[in-house]
Amino acid sequence: MYGLGILKGMWVTLTHFIDSYVEDIKWLGRNRYYSKEGIQHRRSKDTKGIFTVQYPEEKLPVPEEFRFVPFLVYDVDEEGNKHDRCTSCGICAKVCPPQCIWIVRTEDPVTKRPVPEPVDFFIDVDICMNCGYCAEYCPFDAIKMDHDYEMASFDRHAEHIFNKEKLSKPASYYAGIRPTNYNREETLKAEEAAKKAAAAAAKAAAAAAKPADGPAAGSTPAQ
Amino acid sequence: MTEATTAAPVEKSELEKRFPDAVKADARPGYAGFLVDTSKLIEVATALRDEMGYDYLSSVTAVDYYSDAPNAENFIEVVYHFYKSTGGGALELKVQTPRENSTVPSLTPLYAGADFQEREAYDLYGVNFEGHPDQRRILMWEGFAGYPMRKDWKEAYFEEEVKPFKNRWPEGQVYRIEDRNPFNKNNAYPQGFDPTGFKETDDPKLYEVLERAAREYSEDIDTEQVVVNLGPQHPSTHGVFRMAVRLDGETIVALKPVMGYLHRNHEKIGERNTWTMNMPFTDRLDYLSSMSNNFGYALAVEKLMGDKAAPPERAEYIRVIMAELTRISNHLWAIGFLLNDLGAFFTPALYAIVERELILDIFEATTGSRMMCNYFRFGGVARDLPEGVLEKIKSLVTERLPRKIDELDIYLSENELVRSRSEGIGVITPEEAIAFSTAGPVLRASGVPYDVRRADPYSIYDRFKFDVTVRQHGDVYDRYMIRIDEMRQSLQILNQALKDLPGGEIMNGKNPYQVRVPAGESYGRVEGPKGELGFYIVSNGKGNPARYHVRAPSFINLTVLEKMCVGQKVADVVVNLGSIDIVLGEVDR
Repeated sequence: MYGLGILKGMWVTLTHFIDSYVEDIKWLGRNRYYSKEGIQHRRSKDTKGIFTVQYPEEKLPVPEEFRFVPFLVYDVDEEGNKHDRCTSCGICAKVCPPQCIWIVRTEDPVTKRPVPEPVDFFIDVDICMNCGYCAEYCPFDAIKMDHDYEMASFDRHAEHIFNKEKLSKPASYYAGIRPTNYNREETLKAEEAAKKAAAAAAKAAAAAAKPADGPAAGSTPAQ
Repeated sequence: MTEATTAAPVEKSELEKRFPDAVKADARPGYAGFLVDTSKLIEVATALRDEMGYDYLSSVTAVDYYSDAPNAENFIEVVYHFYKSTGGGALELKVQTPRENSTVPSLTPLYAGADFQEREAYDLYGVNFEGHPDQRRILMWEGFAGYPMRKDWKEAYFEEEVKPFKNRWPEGQVYRIEDRNPFNKNNAYPQGFDPTGFKETDDPKLYEVLERAAREYSEDIDTEQVVVNLGPQHPSTHGVFRMAVRLDGETIVALKPVMGYLHRNHEKIGERNTWTMNMPFTDRLDYLSSMSNNFGYALAVEKLMGDKAAPPERAEYIRVIMAELTRISNHLWAIGFLLNDLGAFFTPALYAIVERELILDIFEATTGSRMMCNYFRFGGVARDLPEGVLEKIKSLVTERLPRKIDELDIYLSENELVRSRSEGIGVITPEEAIAFSTAGPVLRASGVPYDVRRADPYSIYDRFKFDVTVRQHGDVYDRYMIRIDEMRQSLQILNQALKDLPGGEIMNGKNPYQVRVPAGESYGRVEGPKGELGFYIVSNGKGNPARYHVRAPSFINLTVLEKMCVGQKVADVVVNLGSIDIVLGEVDR
């Protein structure tokens, strides 16, 4: 019958239309909109009815792996001193596809050896393509991809070259946005440190065992 | 590559025997194929097509072998990749020509699909194709000085030959390249050129070609014909793309696509980059299906790197899963917008986008980005599937997507208006489809069951059961239906891949930030959602590719657009273009 195909199609539209009301009625009393639970439901495989998210009133939760412009991680010790994890080895600058990372390394004026903290660190966030290579290839877990994607400003010339101060964020922030990655890295580090300590202890013990009249065995630097 | 040697040993010797003076095997280490005498190219290609069954010209490109060292042997090589439309490996022909007054006979009369590709080589390398019916620049504009892909050509904001640039580390003198080299001072003019007296020659040339084509269409012109420009700012063109159409009343007598508005010389950037750096750039080609682009590039480089970059089992499965999800999301988008072009304004597109959005959520959770995935590495993938993602893929693939694809099918496939608007429109015969080097859904909708996954299997596609979808009419309706068929086949592959997904490593060894790629050439191709996506790369053993060429399916599929449209109404242009499914990021590169 001519027109049957059109009717079938109209039926699909109608079900979609009705679904949006049925869904709203089902969620009466609970918040389908402007709530975490509601957004979660709307992004699930069972989603029906209204699908759109009212940005900026509503925001989609970003997954842990989400990557936006990188930031530098620093550790804070017990006294409250900041220590950059970055050693200015330059791997991120070398692997960066659009070449938007500039690192200023210095050397110790006395020993002439490179100081393992960058003097300054720049990222031109207009050029950054958010590929995540810097974070992926950093051997010190010092540069990580951020979750903060709202960084529009009125002047790109003045605001969009981030320096070290603007890029640095504490390790606790990193642990907050990427808990799984953070925990995995910390476990790895702890394991490695334990291994190193054990190796050092074994070495010291061997050294202590050789000269019988050497320092007392109790002074093995096991810590 | 080696694959060609194993695939066609008979033809190889046959070709050499047949043309003992003109053809000799390429003996450079790491290279394959045949070097052909320029004057005999047409003869050899004719024999290939008519006698040996190599009827499908996949890729035409040029390579500039250049060194500024004294006494260096500098030349340009034009590289052709031929396939049989019945399946099998490649046959590669090469023609060498000097850099000055480079001239090579055009293959357009034999393989219509060479048209745009030769124009591109002419545009970017300055190779003259003798006998080409319409040799104009295609990506750059007429009057552009120089040939941008040549090794001695430097772009406007040139910094250094290759990345990484030296001033980034350890001195790190931050500056904006635009500040050092401000706009207007960054361009070079040819000698004796007066920019104030510049007259545009682009459009007059284009209209001349249109007029010529119109005369061929009909000798007895009795009505006044008009030229209409569709685009570049036109919502139906899916981006900045222009079609200059010559109309007789409402009937199209000639059509020439004009492109390059989004051209950024992707290939030149690729040659400045290191091997690893290119991966995120491939995302930006066909930005709707970045995983497929990653796949093609990874395959091409892994071919050169050999066994040390063979991905482990789990990585292969994850790759296939991601590639097929990409295909589904791409086809959802394509169908939605094709229906949009057909007049079903935005409702079907938005229904399709909901499902695509759910797939993109998976990509985001796995790779960190919805569209710019940058997920593949040489020898594996960047990271394993995070917790919960596999369950999400499974629930989508087994529960939601089959239902929703059916719904989309019921929604408009039987709709009388859609059918009357699309059936019999833009018909491409199988012979034309092959001759014009069309690929993917366009080729298969014309009744040619050619799918790289089956014809020349890569990765682990030989393990899966699926049908190569094919439709017989070659019209817009078939090109719409074939995408629905393909999504169903992708679901089938996904089901098998998810069932067999093994545990284990996702990278072969470490993931180094610099890779060593042995000298040689390779051509890696995958069946992307839009068609055969190929990467032709040449390595000279250094950290950067010596040549990086993308065989972009959207671009080459456009060659057939004029054929589709001529003789039809102007309103069908939009639908025909929609049924090819182009992405301008890939067309213009």
